[in-house]
Amino acid sequence: MSRLPRGWRAVAWAGVLIGIFAALVSLPPIGARSPVFPIVIGLIAMTIGVGSWLRGERRVGIYAILAGLFGFGIGYLGTVSSVGKLEAVVVWGALFASMLRFATPLVFASLGGLFSERSGVVNIGLEGMMLMGAFFAVWGADVTGNWALGLVIGMLAGGLTALVHAFFSVSLRADQIVGGTAINFLALGITGYLFIDIYGTAGTPTDLSTIPDVNLDFLDSIPGVGDFLDDVFGQLNLLIWGAIVMVFVTWVVIFKTPVGLRIRSVGEHPRAADTVGINVYAIRYAAVTTSGVLAAAGGAYLSLGFVDGFGENMIAGRGFIALAALIFGNWRPFGLAAACLLFGFSSALARALQEYSTSIATLFEALPYVLTLIAVAGVIGRSIPPRAIGRPYVKQ
Amino acid sequence: VSGASPEPPLLEEQHREESLAARYGLLQRAGGIVAPLLTVVLAFLAGGVVVLITTGSLVKPFETYEAVFKGAGLNWFLPWEMCRDCPAALNLQQTLLIWTTLTLTGLAVAFAFRCGLFNIGGNGQYLIGSIAAVLVAGELTKAIDLPSVPLILLAVVVAMLAGGALAGIAGILKATVGAHEVITTIMLNWIVLWTGSYLFGVGGPFQSDVQASLPVSNDIAEKAKLSVWWGDPILQGLHIGFFVALGALVVYWMTLNRTTLGYEVRAVGHNPEAARYGGISVARNYFLAMAISGMFAGLAGALDVLGWKFRLDLTDIQASTVGFVGIAVALLGRNTAVGVGLAALLFASLQTGTSTRNLDPSIFPPELASNLTLIIQGLIILFVGADLIVLLALRRFRRRSVGSAAT
Repeated sequence: MSRLPRGWRAVAWAGVLIGIFAALVSLPPIGARSPVFPIVIGLIAMTIGVGSWLRGERRVGIYAILAGLFGFGIGYLGTVSSVGKLEAVVVWGALFASMLRFATPLVFASLGGLFSERSGVVNIGLEGMMLMGAFFAVWGADVTGNWALGLVIGMLAGGLTALVHAFFSVSLRADQIVGGTAINFLALGITGYLFIDIYGTAGTPTDLSTIPDVNLDFLDSIPGVGDFLDDVFGQLNLLIWGAIVMVFVTWVVIFKTPVGLRIRSVGEHPRAADTVGINVYAIRYAAVTTSGVLAAAGGAYLSLGFVDGFGENMIAGRGFIALAALIFGNWRPFGLAAACLLFGFSSALARALQEYSTSIATLFEALPYVLTLIAVAGVIGRSIPPRAIGRPYVKQ
Repeated sequence: VSGASPEPPLLEEQHREESLAARYGLLQRAGGIVAPLLTVVLAFLAGGVVVLITTGSLVKPFETYEAVFKGAGLNWFLPWEMCRDCPAALNLQQTLLIWTTLTLTGLAVAFAFRCGLFNIGGNGQYLIGSIAAVLVAGELTKAIDLPSVPLILLAVVVAMLAGGALAGIAGILKATVGAHEVITTIMLNWIVLWTGSYLFGVGGPFQSDVQASLPVSNDIAEKAKLSVWWGDPILQGLHIGFFVALGALVVYWMTLNRTTLGYEVRAVGHNPEAARYGGISVARNYFLAMAISGMFAGLAGALDVLGWKFRLDLTDIQASTVGFVGIAVALLGRNTAVGVGLAALLFASLQTGTSTRNLDPSIFPPELASNLTLIIQGLIILFVGADLIVLLALRRFRRRSVGSAAT
């Protein structure tokens, strides 16, 4: 309880919530039709934001102002939109389920990035490692006829790709960004080459063994919120649950175990870590390889759990969104998971908004990048990377 | 937010900022032309092995590379093949079109490198340049009627400014709050990509007036097209932008080696701390180096639109990798003008030579070959990134052997 915000910070957080509420009043299930409600509530949130900003709570104050503006805008748009369209777009259960589906590959890759970057190795090759995972999982599932083996093969492929990155950036001390760029090119070329060589124009087989969904029909019988819970969690892919578990596992590993302490110390101050007897190279190798395995799991989810097949360059920038989520979440497991959910929600909303206009929905796709840019620019709470990130370590 | 407490800089920290540029500077002096050549040979060998494994034939790799060589039109340079309108000439024109683009995106990476910055945002800067050129040469002409030359100049200048401004954002963020330019330029890449998709996508504000169902822009005005000096304009001949790229190489060399700005940029690149003690504004140079880099990439976008694309479509916007190939060009070319020109020729030849249009499908399937190009590009980047280490190890080894011989 001691970590709950107090004083003006608490007031500002209340302002944020009020701002979000301003957006909700005009949407189902409340569905107020008069523009007065969102405008007034949004203004209240903004006033609280300005007030707490003046009282010194700048960061959350700005959040509250932004939330007020956002609520004002969305709420107003809600009141001018027709009820029929609103009810087609704003189906909360479906939106949240869709958010989880979009967030899952990001969470895996972003957790991978966390391991690598916490150990001091920049990994912009996440995109390529996801792609390797996506292809080899499909290939593995096709050859063995078993999705579980396919998943393992995909993760192995990602791990091997990461091992290449580790060899060049840790042992050869090459520039890590150059290495990551090379990994992305290589993965694109290798998967594209093998895809055409093995499957040709026909594409991957349609009768693949794919990762199953987990059916939780009993949720329906919970009184009150049962319907909603069933819509969100009732029919999710196994790997989505895997991603949720991995967030907790990563948090425990990184912050509560000796291994995590070693990873962090190697990323913050490798010389000191070396002095106390930690093998910097071994830790970095292991961390980078783990990152490849996790990123590949994200790719495998996309190919075996989401679209049931492989297409050239199918990751389409998700590796970079995962990187953005890692930075936005300040190199912390729960932070990045929240960022992935936010980015996933914006993707889900973008799909839903196509009901109104496909072009506006497209613009929504840029949101994760804009937010991350703002975050690194330090306007609202600076992102602070591990200290030794990007620097090769020379043992003396 | 924790960990922000000020601490005395560590010994490692002092070497940190100089690392990248200083390392590449060393590379330039140490490796000469041998290391890049070895890198290329190694990558091509690996590519050959891939072909060998796929086809199971020992001659196939050689035949494939010969076909790629011919597909790129490089056989035109052989004295007995030289001709004006034969297939070799047509192929070479395509290669030089790509060369124009890659030279400029390569310079965009190289210039920032010389200031110790890694401009990974060439793609976004190229794209915003293309977008600006399409808007000026297409949409603006609907409102204002400009003669041909001023229109072209305006489109080029606006495109360069757009590219420069985009990269400048990353430069300012680096100079003021220390945000790493790699992160900011990646984010800017994707912001421009989705903005472009919005502008010219179906239902977007600047989507084509005549093809309402296709995600493509309007064509630029006829008078805004660059004139073609070699080949047939209808068959995508070589436009005068080729000379602009040649000129850009000269400008790059002159700026770096014969101006105060270039001196300061290089000084900051070698060691920002030393430069600061010498009275050079590091922040100003970070911004300027990024902005100039962005202008090179923006120029590339404008020349492509005015020279041979004449419009932008969604595939162009979403699948473009020229900025990333620019990284390969700059790394392989060791950030020198001549090196960038030559490396761009290599990558342009590979790209044209393995395209579906130019590679003889009876020798090797072009769909496979274009992926082979990606593999070779990746390998070259990987090896180039590591060869400094090999050089250092060799040097240390040599020194040690000299030392042991003396005692």
